[in-house]
Amino acid sequence: MAECGNDSDAESRISYGDYVVLKRGDVFKSVQVENKKKVIFEKQWFFLDNAVGQLYGTKFEIEAGGSLKLKAAKHTGDSLDSKEAGQDNRHIVDDGRSQKLTRDDIETLKEQGLKGQEIVQQLIDNSTTFKDKTEFAQEKYIKKKKKKYESDITILKPSTRLLAMMYHGREPGKICHLRYDSMAQILTLGNIHAGSKIIVFETCAGLVLGSVMERMGGFGSVIQMYPGGGPTRAGMESFGFPSHFHEMLHEFPLCKVNALLAGTLDLSEKDADSEANSSRNGQSESSQETSGVSEEKSSEPQSMEVSVDPQEEMRRAERERLRGQKAQEKKVKMEEKRKKLASAAALLEGRNADGLVIASRFHPCPVLMGLLKFIAPSRPFVVYCQYREPLIECYTKLREQGGAISLRLTDSWLRHYQVLPNRTHPVLLMSGGGGYLLSGTTVAADAAKARNQHKSEEPVAKRLKLDEISSA
Amino acid sequence: MSFVEYSEIIQEGDVVIIFLGHESMMPIKVQSGAQTQTRYGVIRHSSDLIGQRFGSKVTCSKGGWVYVLHPTPELWTVNLPHRTQILYTTDIANITLMLELKPGSVVCESGTGSGSLSHSILRTIAPTGHLHTVEFHAQRAEKAMQEFKEHKVSHLVTVRNQDVCKDGFGITAIADAVFLDIPSPWEAITHAKSAMKRKGGRLCSFSPCIEQVQRTCEALLDHGFEEICTLEVLLRVHDVRTVSLPLPDFGPEEGSAGSSQMASDVGQEEVPNTGNTSVICRTATPPREMAGHTGYLTFATKPLD
Repeated sequence: MAECGNDSDAESRISYGDYVVLKRGDVFKSVQVENKKKVIFEKQWFFLDNAVGQLYGTKFEIEAGGSLKLKAAKHTGDSLDSKEAGQDNRHIVDDGRSQKLTRDDIETLKEQGLKGQEIVQQLIDNSTTFKDKTEFAQEKYIKKKKKKYESDITILKPSTRLLAMMYHGREPGKICHLRYDSMAQILTLGNIHAGSKIIVFETCAGLVLGSVMERMGGFGSVIQMYPGGGPTRAGMESFGFPSHFHEMLHEFPLCKVNALLAGTLDLSEKDADSEANSSRNGQSESSQETSGVSEEKSSEPQSMEVSVDPQEEMRRAERERLRGQKAQEKKVKMEEKRKKLASAAALLEGRNADGLVIASRFHPCPVLMGLLKFIAPSRPFVVYCQYREPLIECYTKLREQGGAISLRLTDSWLRHYQVLPNRTHPVLLMSGGGGYLLSGTTVAADAAKARNQHKSEEPVAKRLKLDEISSA
Repeated sequence: MSFVEYSEIIQEGDVVIIFLGHESMMPIKVQSGAQTQTRYGVIRHSSDLIGQRFGSKVTCSKGGWVYVLHPTPELWTVNLPHRTQILYTTDIANITLMLELKPGSVVCESGTGSGSLSHSILRTIAPTGHLHTVEFHAQRAEKAMQEFKEHKVSHLVTVRNQDVCKDGFGITAIADAVFLDIPSPWEAITHAKSAMKRKGGRLCSFSPCIEQVQRTCEALLDHGFEEICTLEVLLRVHDVRTVSLPLPDFGPEEGSAGSSQMASDVGQEEVPNTGNTSVICRTATPPREMAGHTGYLTFATKPLD
């Protein structure tokens, strides 16, 4: 029992090579800490070197020149409180001329090295209407100016929460518009936990993969199925997992799934060898060309002289050596690739995976029907889709085929609130949608499919509604 | 079987979930020699359950059949015996994500209630984390301890029967996250803060009333918490169904194919029916009613000391 909390201090400190999340207000960015590397974030550029050795969660200011400085402790009390305030806005005319400082003036103040708080104070002092605003309006004004001119950056350790919010805010297209509360549902409905074996198919830049891995804590295994060339992992790398997490991660190409299911997947050494051979042949073909050229060259002097040119001989030997080395490297790579394929295949073959997560731009129906075959009975699966209709198809197909129960097509409604004394209300702008989820539980596949269909999952009340619809 | 680890075969002492049909399930404790009555007949534990694979179909004495499922916190949430109002999966999922829970997390929770959230937290923080849960009602605290033992998770949790507002969580400076679902969360903020690690942590307070939320946010601000954020989340279910919509009769058209033209106007295949023809649509409709409110979730970050 972890009664005495003993944090590994080293883990809590920022180091070179770490993946971190920069935060300014509500804006996040994922970067890697590199030596003297310029980082651009929220229209400012700076270097992270001064952050190395500091604790995660530390706040920094950006100094002229781009270096980070530890932010001084917060002063107690808001010195920006104004003495005077109005009752309402009936006399306030918004002519755009109430602020006497021009943009150039503000630039000058910045150049003079004025801190954000001081600039905000200057803006207040030079505003003709500030004292007439109500207290609430003054607070709102100050908050807005602070957001613009105070440039505190916090450096945080990456987490699913931060990265999911970042991707959804900055590049939703890359993650199929998966909103973070939908991500939350995926991880929980999928019962993602340490020690299980999870199959993931996603085209969300690796964010979903990383989130699944975070919930597994390095225990168990994840098999990432990938279409085409290779698996996308950029989003996963941003989590900055320790190296042993990578050992639990496997990948398997979709194009070999049918072979694996049919039992015809060839994983023998021969496969790798023939590939290596063909590549070596290819190499030797090209080397034959070059040697042909060099032979031509050497044949010339040979035809002219009796002995072989020693320098030419040396160069030829060098080329041979390089060729051999390249072929060897290629062989090693092929072997590694074969081993990886074999280990992933071994995990899949048993058809006893503990869960399935699908979140991609591909039509989910064939993906789901194909990959469900690898899942053990009584295990959850979750399919995310930006659109609803493809999931309706999945639902229908699954009901026909059987082997899955508790099918639910859902989406999540999310609303933020502003909570302030006498000013509490939902926030004005709201997310329109965060995608849809189809979830269910596998059961032992039944040969008597007819009996499955007989046990209708739809409640009796449904038939009444159908009449309502058709009579409308 | 355990709530934090899957197994394949049903054993004596396991808690399993019997699936009877749409939205109809029940938990049972597997005991050698025992029997369970269902509307499809009797299930004999020794012959029908013990040694069977989770997910298999079990035929009951009357001839009907059911599925036997491996328990998960999500299944437990919809099947557990209620001692209090509970949190449901939608809120639980968001709490888990926003508190950044994962294996190894140390979490404080109050009140334990019926253990719905507790089971979910345990599943997420296993095998290296720990849950410190506080419940001021003696019997509920006792029942929770019993259940954790039955579900083979008691090594991951400590239940304390005390008042969190007066006595806190019973630990200091070791929690990564604190969760409050109590009538007056603002009274527990000081204790929450002291329970959390020096390097910072996450806090969540769940309250059904906006007045509670206002007082809690004020207390959080006073105690130096940051990133204070209040939200609510609701699940919308889409019932998939096939509907048949009849086509209107505008009378005979001059020199055209008639209803088949209309069907193609709608863009669907024509389906002959008695009388007018109809069109089939595969769609999803919302249920008549849905949960409109559970509670407001307020999250905050305790900054670095």
